[in-house]
Amino acid sequence: MASVTLDHLKKIYPGGVEAVKDVSLTVPDGSFTVLLGPSGCGKSTLLRMIAGLEGISSGTATIGERIVNEIEPAERDIAMVFQNYALYPHMSVYDNMAYGLRNRKVPEADIAARVNEAAKILSIESFLKRKPRELSGGQRQRVAMGRAIVRDPQVFLFDEPLSNLDAKLRVQMRLEIRRLHNRLKATSIFVTHDQVEAMTLADQVVVMNAGRVEQVGAPLAIYSRPASRFVAEFIGAPPMNLLRGTITAPGVVSIKDGLRLPFDQSAFDAGIGQTVDYGVRPEDVAITDMPAANGATEPSHSMTVDLIEELGSNRVIYGLLAGSGFALVTRTGIASADRVAFVLDPSSAHLFDGESGMSLRHAV
Amino acid sequence: MEKRAIFDNKLLPYALLLPQILITLVFFYWPASQAVWQSFLIEDAFGTSSEFVWLDNYRDLLSKPDYYASMLTTAWFSAVVTFLAMAIALLLASMANKQISGRNAYRTLLVWPYAVAPALAGVLWLFMLQPSLGVLSKLLRANGVDWNPLLNSNHALIMVVLAATWKQISYNFLFFLAGLQAIPRSVIEAAAIDGARPMRRFWTIIFPLLSPTTFYLLVVNIVYVFFETFGIIDAMTSGGPARTTTTLVYKVYQDGKLGGDLGGSAAQSVILMAIVIGLTAIQFRFVERRVNY
Ligand SMILES: Nc1ncnc2c1ncn2[C@@H]1O[C@H](COP(=O)(O)OP(=O)(O)OP(=O)(O)O)[C@@H](O)[C@H]1O
Ligand SMILES: [Mg+2]
Repeated sequence: MASVTLDHLKKIYPGGVEAVKDVSLTVPDGSFTVLLGPSGCGKSTLLRMIAGLEGISSGTATIGERIVNEIEPAERDIAMVFQNYALYPHMSVYDNMAYGLRNRKVPEADIAARVNEAAKILSIESFLKRKPRELSGGQRQRVAMGRAIVRDPQVFLFDEPLSNLDAKLRVQMRLEIRRLHNRLKATSIFVTHDQVEAMTLADQVVVMNAGRVEQVGAPLAIYSRPASRFVAEFIGAPPMNLLRGTITAPGVVSIKDGLRLPFDQSAFDAGIGQTVDYGVRPEDVAITDMPAANGATEPSHSMTVDLIEELGSNRVIYGLLAGSGFALVTRTGIASADRVAFVLDPSSAHLFDGESGMSLRHAV
Repeated sequence: MEKRAIFDNKLLPYALLLPQILITLVFFYWPASQAVWQSFLIEDAFGTSSEFVWLDNYRDLLSKPDYYASMLTTAWFSAVVTFLAMAIALLLASMANKQISGRNAYRTLLVWPYAVAPALAGVLWLFMLQPSLGVLSKLLRANGVDWNPLLNSNHALIMVVLAATWKQISYNFLFFLAGLQAIPRSVIEAAAIDGARPMRRFWTIIFPLLSPTTFYLLVVNIVYVFFETFGIIDAMTSGGPARTTTTLVYKVYQDGKLGGDLGGSAAQSVILMAIVIGLTAIQFRFVERRVNY
């Protein structure tokens, strides 16, 4: 096993596209790190640079103790699982898994032992003799995993390996990959644009945007303390509500139309007069009865309901608040189908600088 | 509701097929059946009368050593040209498939020879290899090779092989390039990560995955050498010197057109036709089974 360290890594493609701009990152030994970001943000490029499939324009990549910039993929002691699995179509499942070992001149008896062991872990023993085209998508996926684990590499790289599977199988394979990691404890770097995959698999999530790292942290930290507006919007479904406003008093952001929203002044580095984006997650919004009905003492807000998404366990209510879209999640039903009242807890508010989009929260 | 167009007129489909059927009849079945019929006849020297002789023409043909010599020439010629044209094309296609700058210009240049008619290709190489004036001959002579394809049969063979190979490389190149591009890049990358060096990658991954293309080209190339090199041979050597470049198809022409032996020539055509039908049948069988994977 080994850690992976990237130091000011850059990638400029021959056409001039700057796909990765100055990424520095440490993947600790034995961690499961997920690179997460929207399509085209440079995740695959970054992974392929670690694998040695793309040249590094500047900066250094280190695997274990070795700087690998000039080292061939074969010599980096890594294994990669591709999105389309990239199995060798003319070889049987057994030969697919044995190929890397044969290239390294491992004795056939050892190969057989290792392939059989991996096949057992992944429950693909019964189709070792088949060709890839005779397998279902999920089975191919397992073979691709098997091909990686027989090699017992220092680092596993995954480029969206689950995105070609149907929803149910994806959930199942996700669990299996995590179980496998718990068992093998191999350093893994996993690329995805699916935030649920990232949250469920990762020890460490790296959120990327336009070739840069936006935030690195544990899944929960990223969810509860997003470092930027981008991360706040990208993580969480439905996405965080964001409203542009100005701080008019300690702990108060004034949006237009006299709407005033509360935040915990002690948690943020924000002064009066500053333009900010006020953020609150739909699941942090607490629904209450309509003010007229109970004469509530808490300051509550209300909005007209535009659309209700029924999800079974809960429902998402969409409406307009001070002219911008606003969503909230509730487990209970709502009294009226056209207006809904809610309260905002100051401690669950997020504030982002209106210009830079960076979080204004104090560092802890 | 039936979405398909339905023709009330039962004859319309046949009418639409008619041109195709006519073309096949006029340009294939008619001459083919003529050849078969002709191969059972012997004409007298003046072409005034003919006699039905059953298989005598074939018996005659197969008892002559020069027919076997021509067969050997053809086998040798097609093996060498097919191998060279395919090997060189594969090498060039592998290079063209790499991410290099100027790749498109390179591809276009490689495709041009295909547009050149075989006879023209022959003439072109003939100019270059003409004993007294040719550019390449002068070069060879300067290096102490007594180059004379008009007298030396080895030289003549080399010359014909060169022209025939050069002509066919473009075609093979196009197919190999398409075949290479159909191999997913990630499969090759996976092999690289799996520790296979470029040469091993080529022989264990790329070459096996190209096998359907290779097999198709093998058949096409053999058929090409059998038939289409006629123009090249006619333009360059006319089958000489001393019949050493007389391939089967050239012999058909020599015996029939120049020698006046229509029956013998027809019998040779029929044998050639049988060979091609055999090759095509093999090709269909393998294509159906999708070679290798
Ligand atoms: N070979 C290439 N040549 C030029 N530009 C490229 C190449 N590969 C990728 N790019 C560009 O680099 C940027 C990052 O691409 P990359 O494939 O790393 O994105 P990604 O984050 O993996 O996206 P996705 O989630 O869609 O796979 C994109 O703008 C893309 O167009
Ligand atoms: Mg990608």
